[in-house]
Amino acid sequence: MNFDKEFDASGLSCPLPIVKTKKSLADMASGQVLKVIATDCGAVKDMQAFADQTGNTLMSSSEEGGKYIFFMKKK
Amino acid sequence: MTKKMAIIATKGTLDMAYPPFILASTAAALGYDVQIFFTFYGLQLLRKDLSNVMISPLANPAMPMPVPMPVMVQMLPGMESMATMMMKQKLKKHGVATLEELRDLCLEADVKFVACQMTVDLFEFDKSEFISDVEYGGAAMFFGFAGETDICLFV
Repeated sequence: MNFDKEFDASGLSCPLPIVKTKKSLADMASGQVLKVIATDCGAVKDMQAFADQTGNTLMSSSEEGGKYIFFMKKK
Repeated sequence: MTKKMAIIATKGTLDMAYPPFILASTAAALGYDVQIFFTFYGLQLLRKDLSNVMISPLANPAMPMPVPMPVMVQMLPGMESMATMMMKQKLKKHGVATLEELRDLCLEADVKFVACQMTVDLFEFDKSEFISDVEYGGAAMFFGFAGETDICLFV
């Protein structure tokens, strides 16, 4: 999937993946896509909850070799 | 309309310092307007230097210990420093942010910090030892914000 920016949250625990995803989105334009990589399994549900509550779109959420990959489209 | 959350932070130990900052930074990331009211021992979390924020195994029987430790042993000098050091190592190993980092993230996200003037005076805290991003007020001021919140927590 194409993306405009990447944020690697590997090794970070709650709430850093969410808080820093929000920071990463801050300087992006509406419609741009942020790729987030995380190793905290709690991030799977948190990232969906973040999208639901902020209006950003979680386009995909998957796991690859112990890492969780998210594509978030900015509102 | 923007959602709001208020937290009353009353504890100044390392373990209990985390919940207010974690919840506040997360709520801010979700778009909430957040205020934390620091009172009693929670005021310790406003110090510029947080290195004296510690955890004690004493009177804390729920704290998981590597080996069972009788209370008489927990009372020995240096046990508090040791427990604090071990907890900090554990937090670091698990990628949990430091208190300073979480507090900075809160401030960056415009979380408002209010210190209880009465307890600042009561404990004779020196305001110059606190970070500058603090407003001082009383219970009525807190209610001005808390009365209109969607979530209000006491920690």
